[in-house]
Amino acid sequence: MNKIWIIIKREYLTRVRKKSFIVTTLLLPVLFAAMVILPGLLINSDNNEKIAVIDESGYFAGKLPDEKGIQYKFVDAKLDTFKKTYRDQGYTGLLHIPKLDINRLPAIVYYSKGQMPFTLRGSMEKRLESVVEDKRMELAGVDKSKLEEIRADISIDNLAGDDERKGSTVAAYIIGWFAGFLIYIVLLVFGMMVMRGVMEEKTNRIAEVMVSSVKPFQLMMGKIVGIAGVGLTQFLIWVGLLVGIYTLLLPLILGTDMSAASVATQPGMTAATKDMAQKIASFTGSVNWFSIVSLFLFYFLGGYLFYAALFAAVGSLVNEDPNDAQSLTFPITLPVIVAMVIMIQAVVNPTSQLAVWGSIIPFTSPVVMMARIPYGVPGTVPLWQLGLSMFSLIAGFLVTTWVAAKIYRTGILMYGKKVTLGEVGKWIFRKS
Amino acid sequence: MNVLELQHLKKHYATHKAVDDISFSIPKGSIFGLLGPNGAGKTTLLRMITGIIYPDAGDILFDGRPFDPHNDIQYIGYMPEERGLYKKMKVGEQAMYLAQLKGLSAHEARQRIDYWFNKFEITSWTNKKIEELSKGMQQKVQFISTVMHQPKLLILDEPFSGLDPINSQLIQDEIFQLAKSGTTIIFSTHRMEQVEEICDHIVLVNKGKKVLDGPVKQIRQDFKHHLFRISLASMPNPAQMATHHFEIVKQHENGYTVKINEYSQTNDILAHFIHHGIQVTYFEEILPTIHEVFIQQVKITDLEAAVN
Repeated sequence: MNKIWIIIKREYLTRVRKKSFIVTTLLLPVLFAAMVILPGLLINSDNNEKIAVIDESGYFAGKLPDEKGIQYKFVDAKLDTFKKTYRDQGYTGLLHIPKLDINRLPAIVYYSKGQMPFTLRGSMEKRLESVVEDKRMELAGVDKSKLEEIRADISIDNLAGDDERKGSTVAAYIIGWFAGFLIYIVLLVFGMMVMRGVMEEKTNRIAEVMVSSVKPFQLMMGKIVGIAGVGLTQFLIWVGLLVGIYTLLLPLILGTDMSAASVATQPGMTAATKDMAQKIASFTGSVNWFSIVSLFLFYFLGGYLFYAALFAAVGSLVNEDPNDAQSLTFPITLPVIVAMVIMIQAVVNPTSQLAVWGSIIPFTSPVVMMARIPYGVPGTVPLWQLGLSMFSLIAGFLVTTWVAAKIYRTGILMYGKKVTLGEVGKWIFRKS
Repeated sequence: MNVLELQHLKKHYATHKAVDDISFSIPKGSIFGLLGPNGAGKTTLLRMITGIIYPDAGDILFDGRPFDPHNDIQYIGYMPEERGLYKKMKVGEQAMYLAQLKGLSAHEARQRIDYWFNKFEITSWTNKKIEELSKGMQQKVQFISTVMHQPKLLILDEPFSGLDPINSQLIQDEIFQLAKSGTTIIFSTHRMEQVEEICDHIVLVNKGKKVLDGPVKQIRQDFKHHLFRISLASMPNPAQMATHHFEIVKQHENGYTVKINEYSQTNDILAHFIHHGIQVTYFEEILPTIHEVFIQQVKITDLEAAVN
């Protein structure tokens, strides 16, 4: 049996068998789902404002209806005295509208215990503005219903590519963000895993024993490939879970299967679930899952291989001092973070110069390209860009592996001495 | 026949010559001591012999052929001074892993592991993690994984460090056993009394150069100062000690240390005391220990280096 294969097997099995692997693999999707769902739940339930209104102008009475979490109550009281007692009477705030000339508005004051919440300010201002606008229209003799008729509401349907596929910018945005972010996490998490593995071998003096049986390069590549296997396994389990949820759980919840046609014709659904099902169907139907998943796998592996070798090299340079690790990893984590920053831009502006070049240069391409791909290949991402990006990533990882192997070979057998970057540079260009 | 021959081996690093033109050869089945102070170039030398690094110049012959690290490495067992095992791995798995990396099949490896674990009475540890073992126990596992693939050449760098006397003895017996069955052993250490006890041949290196090379017995003879220890039943009076055969170097409670003169024989010394009717109870030549030779030679080469 080939030695590198034995190493791969060990690196893979020792990690996959760990309890922590099983726990994170199963728990992370749950956490992720919680991260998406919880803020939504919180926003909807958070506001619980009961607001007393002293309206001295008389324009607003009955025109401030309650809305979600905000309750307006008109009170007939003197501001000076009420201002001191409104809180004791169970109000969270006091809105004071003084006598006013409808064309020249005075300052309207809101009294509250703490700072006014951002969303409350927005919705309150909108309410007040619309009451004033209605009043002004009435005074100017404009018929409100006429105005409503004039107002237009336009929504654009986007048909992309030659086959005029109906795209969904929202879907592309969400998937792009998600995929880019996932790659970013993969690069850091699995890169660090490689680094820690190398550090373990070095600081426990295992490396010296190992290199009398195998070449340092086999040891390094065995570790990198083994951990890639761990990452892939995790990813495939997640895809499996997702597909499982989509095909089994969702129809169970919504009472229908998910193809768009059947959603439209399914009788006996409530309007809400029908709407929900339709939304999900159009979301999943608007993107080319096959190309996204297969390209994700490519950039996942390519990006990982590109950076893992570098992380291995850094691990081989670290001595006992963990601070070393921190300062040495910085030059490698920096481009990954830069990639993330570019990705945030690229997912909004997938054809900007920054996004295009960021998705071609291998230091950032795995993260940035994944943000662009959901917008459509070959629509938003022309084939030449994709090809160039893939080619430079492969070339890039060959170069980083070559460089890393040179550093690693010397680094793992160096003890005690702190190495300078200059020395490391010499190792790279030294012959064996 | 020589298992290993080094011919004018050189390895230079940017700032210093780690190994500077060293040659020696190791006969099959011998226990060969590689000695030298810290930083003498021993580890560099051993790393070249194990194919971890390549010499800048010179040749290594293994079993009479040019050394081919890629293939020959499976005939070599190397236990480096800086050694360790995967802490989280189980003892049995660890041994299996290292055996397979030396080219054994899983089946063979299993048999050898059973044999050695039985021999060292550690079968009950098979499913323990390395980190649960004491340092001495780890050392045993390490030793087993070094010899498991039946190497022709076994290289042990400070094999007894961290071992208690009982386990030291166990390993030492094992080393003799292996040598008897034809394994050639290179043994590197700072503990000179062990060298005398174990090695039949030594090489001393200092500052990257070979200082001494030869059988242990021969070296002790070569560096002897012609001193003898003699014990007597009764101490003679000073007048009785006048002789041209020896000089007294030191007087003891019950005898002397004497230095024999150039043209005299040991029997001349004995005859001298017998002649005076003094009972000799003990007589032995004092040979320098390897420890003394080591210190003396290292000092000399250090001085030479300082002068140059």
